[in-house]
Amino acid sequence: MNNGEERRLNGEAEEDDDEDEGNGRGLEAWERTYADERSWESLQEDESGRLRPIDNKALYHAQYRRRLRTASATRIQKGLIRYLFVVIDLSKAAAEMDFRPSRRAVVAKHVEVFIREFFDQNPLSQIGLVTIKDGVTNCLTDLGGSPESHVKALMGKLECSGESSIQNALDLVHGYLNQIPSYGHREVLILYSALSTCDPGDIMETIQTCKKSKIRCSVIGLSAEIFICKHLCQETGGSYSVALDESHFKELILEHAPPPPAIAEFAIANLIKMGFPQRAAESSIAICSCHKEAKAGGGYTCPRCKARVCELPTECRTCGLTLISSPHLARSYHHLFPIVPFDEVSLSLLNDLYRKLPRACFGCQQTLLGAGNKPCPRVSCPKCKQHFCLDCDIYIHESLHNCPGCESARHSKPVAATEE
Amino acid sequence: MAPAPSKLYADDVSLLMVLLDTNPLFWTSSYLPFSNFLSHVLSFLNSILLLNQLNQVVVIATGYNHCDYVFDSSLATNQGSENGRMPALCYDLLQKLEEFLVKDEQLHKEGSEKGLASSLLSGSLSMALCCILFYDLDICTASLCLIFRRFFDQGHSIHNPGYVAIMNSIFSAQRSMVPIDSCYIGSNNSAFLQQASYITGGVYLKPQQLDGLFQYLSTVFATDLHSRTFLQLPKSVGVDFRASCFCHKKTIDMGYICSVCLSIFCKHHKKCSTCGSVFGQAQSDNESASNLKR
Repeated sequence: MNNGEERRLNGEAEEDDDEDEGNGRGLEAWERTYADERSWESLQEDESGRLRPIDNKALYHAQYRRRLRTASATRIQKGLIRYLFVVIDLSKAAAEMDFRPSRRAVVAKHVEVFIREFFDQNPLSQIGLVTIKDGVTNCLTDLGGSPESHVKALMGKLECSGESSIQNALDLVHGYLNQIPSYGHREVLILYSALSTCDPGDIMETIQTCKKSKIRCSVIGLSAEIFICKHLCQETGGSYSVALDESHFKELILEHAPPPPAIAEFAIANLIKMGFPQRAAESSIAICSCHKEAKAGGGYTCPRCKARVCELPTECRTCGLTLISSPHLARSYHHLFPIVPFDEVSLSLLNDLYRKLPRACFGCQQTLLGAGNKPCPRVSCPKCKQHFCLDCDIYIHESLHNCPGCESARHSKPVAATEE
Repeated sequence: MAPAPSKLYADDVSLLMVLLDTNPLFWTSSYLPFSNFLSHVLSFLNSILLLNQLNQVVVIATGYNHCDYVFDSSLATNQGSENGRMPALCYDLLQKLEEFLVKDEQLHKEGSEKGLASSLLSGSLSMALCCILFYDLDICTASLCLIFRRFFDQGHSIHNPGYVAIMNSIFSAQRSMVPIDSCYIGSNNSAFLQQASYITGGVYLKPQQLDGLFQYLSTVFATDLHSRTFLQLPKSVGVDFRASCFCHKKTIDMGYICSVCLSIFCKHHKKCSTCGSVFGQAQSDNESASNLKR
């Protein structure tokens, strides 16, 4: 059933895809074969045995449905205030060239993307960067909330040498994470290239201390599965995965960007005092407390001590108050009120009733009729019963987090009240 | 807002999504009648289509009870009314708009709810953003233009159903680099629309003289994104980023945030009224089955 549906979709989207492939990324065909070496993997046989490029649209949509299912299965309380250390293995194994151009370059590139995505999804959280080199761990950046400073610090320090040590890394991170307030969720994400760990003491003890301090450790391996990493993740409640190739690595690392389900005893609920500074008018001049420079316009004024800061969210340099704006809080609300997954409209219903069903996607007004007036696959919102095309479905769940159909009808009661 | 460098003709082709407020409850009390307002807007739309033949305009009406597309320049038929006195744009748009208003009124009669409320901005914003997906943003620059008569800021809290949805749309627009311009014809500034424009890098404008609405629209909002870098556009005069507390709905500049559900309170509580977490002590069993689980 599902298979048949995808096949149908393949047939319809093929023409578009051929064209897309043709003017792809502005490269010639012979250039493209060298640009990504596994070009044979993006081919598939069609019914008559001819080779065709894989239909990415159907594949992408199936992938997304799977993601959505796992996400909605675990719809529970989420840890929104996270303190995450990203540990980057820069031992000599990171210089291997099985990822192009090298493992460290791939890691650095995707860590940058990850950091930006992380702060987009968790504006109240903080990240710190740690590197392992020559068996010694080194703290690149302390916990902080500014993506730019992390990215800048990372890009300068990418030489790799020596052995790698998980224990040293855990010890260092443990020391830092022990100091954070009790309401925060402590997490470590280790990007591990090496196949061994060279530790000064008993790593099992270190794993137990991490477990006691409620630090959730996750590992993404770049070479092969290692027992000690698996053991570490199992003990501390993290996730362990090994990347197959670059795109898989990117997928794995971005899975850590949305807040993980909170485990009740890991963080203690608390009230945090925060300030909501107002943005100063563009013409006002003041000395900012973060750069110690006189700046015209922009900037925010701390409501407690009236010091000027340049960007939010931050901590006031003078009085230590956490400064945020209401949009920062709002950025996290979609994790608390997720949108329900849409139902796929079954093919039999489509074939029988398609004259009565809506002809256009409610979101984008594009027609839902494919070639020869046959109905395309579509999804419908279980609440408002509007129909949407597959592209809108993905956009609505991955980026917009609103159902246009539900939002454009007046609710009799506030959403928050009815749904709780 | 960097102009697309790849294609030369790209920098001044624009796709403009116009969201019109058609809330009957506001326009009746206005000193600018709806018909006058419409004629300003129609001239504005026409002038955009004339600026570049590749420009596109989509109009979405934002009503009291529902939202719908009323005009799409790519689908517009080129025939005017029978006697040929009315141009195609006006004819198509006015006809759709009339149907829209009739339907809105019907829905209003069916609905039992009474009272004054804002138009469904969240719905029309979501629709517009879905629609923008379908245009190739390499060959044109998209922007959203909100023309609103009045908009209630019903408190920045998750208890206000529209708030979360509107903020979600704004962040999504920001991610897709689509600026939201807003023209607000109310008496006080609207913090929502100001925030929308500020976050997405658009222009917020509250016209002083409504007789000259067309001039405001055409000088500020008709300019494409590339040309905006050369213009002196209205600057924001301090955007209000303060939040209001969930307990008294007061606007506060310092408060307490629940670490579990990010509710805002103006003073220290023992227990969170939204998610039921008890503060300052380990959670007991009954809270671990959180109320947020739905």
